[in-house]
Amino acid sequence: MTPDLEGLQEIHPREELLRADVLPHIWCPGCGLGIVLNAYLQGMEKTDIPRQKRAIVSGIGCSGRAAGMTKQDSYHTTHGRPIAFATGLKLGNPDLHVTVFSGDGDLFAIGGNHFIHAARRNVDLKVICINNFNYGMTGGQAGPTTPAKAKTATTPYGNYEHPFNLPWLAATCGAVYVARWTTLDARRIRDSVAEAAQKKGFTFIEVVSPCPVGYGRPNRIGSGLDEMKFYEEKWELRGDNWIIQEGANPKEADIDLGKAIVVGKFVDIEKPTFLDLYRAQVAPLDAQRRNGEKPAAPAVME
Amino acid sequence: MRSDVLTGAWFMNGDIAAAEGALAAGCRFFAGYPITPSTEVAERMAERLPEVGGTYIQMEDELASMAAILGASCAGVKSMTSTSGPGFSLMMENIGLGVMLEVPAVVVNVQRGGPSTGLPTLVGQQDMMQARWGSHGDYDIIAYCPNSPQEMFDLTVKAFNAAERYRVPVFLMADESVGHMTERVTIPERAAIPLVNRKMATVPPSEYQPFAADEDLVPAFAAAGQGYAVRMESLTHDERGRPVLTSEAHWTLLQRLHNKIAMHAHEIAEIEELFTEDADIVVVAYGITSRTVLRAIEQAREEGLRVGLLRLITPWPFPAWRIVELAEQVKAFLVPEVNLGQMVLEVERAAAGRTRTIPLAYPPGAIPAPERALQAIREAVK
Repeated sequence: MTPDLEGLQEIHPREELLRADVLPHIWCPGCGLGIVLNAYLQGMEKTDIPRQKRAIVSGIGCSGRAAGMTKQDSYHTTHGRPIAFATGLKLGNPDLHVTVFSGDGDLFAIGGNHFIHAARRNVDLKVICINNFNYGMTGGQAGPTTPAKAKTATTPYGNYEHPFNLPWLAATCGAVYVARWTTLDARRIRDSVAEAAQKKGFTFIEVVSPCPVGYGRPNRIGSGLDEMKFYEEKWELRGDNWIIQEGANPKEADIDLGKAIVVGKFVDIEKPTFLDLYRAQVAPLDAQRRNGEKPAAPAVME
Repeated sequence: MRSDVLTGAWFMNGDIAAAEGALAAGCRFFAGYPITPSTEVAERMAERLPEVGGTYIQMEDELASMAAILGASCAGVKSMTSTSGPGFSLMMENIGLGVMLEVPAVVVNVQRGGPSTGLPTLVGQQDMMQARWGSHGDYDIIAYCPNSPQEMFDLTVKAFNAAERYRVPVFLMADESVGHMTERVTIPERAAIPLVNRKMATVPPSEYQPFAADEDLVPAFAAAGQGYAVRMESLTHDERGRPVLTSEAHWTLLQRLHNKIAMHAHEIAEIEELFTEDADIVVVAYGITSRTVLRAIEQAREEGLRVGLLRLITPWPFPAWRIVELAEQVKAFLVPEVNLGQMVLEVERAAAGRTRTIPLAYPPGAIPAPERALQAIREAVK
């Protein structure tokens, strides 16, 4: 029986959360970014954080377009600086829930310094890194997470640099929540986003994501799904290549050809945020202000 | 506990006066990175912001400092950073972002000798063209040049007002001599300090377009968290903030970003003139140079030479119209600067061959000596 579609409106399932005017989007067929963006939006809907208090900041690259696609306060900034910008946004209005949604090159090459310092300070930011092992927007060059020996436009003979182990980096810099998933784990990403959202402090979620055009093609991996299957099957060493572990040691989470990719939650701790500590420091001044105490003698001479 | 407005007469260092000007203007967020000779601004803000309910953060570098003040400003908080040449170079990237997203912010640059690390503790006026052209792409900018600790206070207030009014990063282009000068600074009563706040969105969120400008070419602002679903886009964008990567959309945006400053240039620009009515020679100067050259002008007047001073309080927008008028009257413009010749190019451009324009390059690292200016004036009248 043909369903009766009369009177029905064609509408995107995330209509309330996405800006339709950016469609068609620029992401390639098989790209993992849509999955991550969708999981992020769904994860936030699972929280009690009001939509109007949610802000998203992106850097530059394919993932940079994500911010402007969402129907909330969105900031598409400069290459590598979304965390620095988001730090100001959050400190400017601590009631905001600020997510940084960006790629591996943006966050860890040009923006690496901002990442480590925001994590060290424990600024209350929610960082989601879509790691596709290359600079997709510019045509598939090697980046700080490109696995050893992988071919890219700038490593035609194979990558000869040591890649970052992102969960370990985040953990050692002080992030209070660190997890890694893949685009095959859409529900886990969603739940992880919701879980991280409820935490106070700097949280980090890495999502291993396919880039069939920039990364899959030079490495002869095939489509986006092929790429994910490739990670699942061809890199298999220990039987089940996706090792899902709670509390896994992030030190052992490096991604290498021929080695299993560890996914799961690595870190989930509590510690005071930058603003907690700042406020504690200035609390005596706040009390004085509330009590309307007279100004102390100025530090400069009259 | 001190108030945000320290009304009274003080014996105050220029850098500290800039910090006090910021607080009086309503600044409640400062992100910075220590650098000589501007560090006192940051130190003062670190001490004072907690007293007035604001937030100070020392960032990992000046790239981050500039990005952070834009972020805080997008949350609706008046924000500032301070730096010197090397840091100013790093800020250029996100100064461009501030221009593109039209975010009010103030940058204090206490200039030292460059290029590169140069003369960290000594005076320079070598970033004047960088202030105008330093970030990539075309844009217009506003900058003030204080020549006293009093003006470090007064012009910081004006810088905030201009930033809020025109939604653009505004520079306080100080120099080491003025930043480290200690003089009388009078801070007025709160009511006597005129403040401007950015024009806020009044339409319902469903109708709000973040880059739809009014007649004054400045769009109304909505802060994050107000329910406006603000879309700030660093790519070329339309009025809705949607990326539109076409030459037409780019030209439309570029022209508005230019015109919103250019059409208000006469309102924004400030100059001070001394003895220009009958002048044969007009000295065009700014910052510390406009202080020391005064002695040369007074000495020349005593010698019967008709010399005047045109002081650039705002190098940008450049008050070219006044140069054009004076060019019909004077035998020459003399432009002393602590650099190899930067603003002199602008004077020469405006004079357009109608009269002579004489550069007077002072070496960075020393307060410009009036004797050289006097000698140059004597030669110019010949």
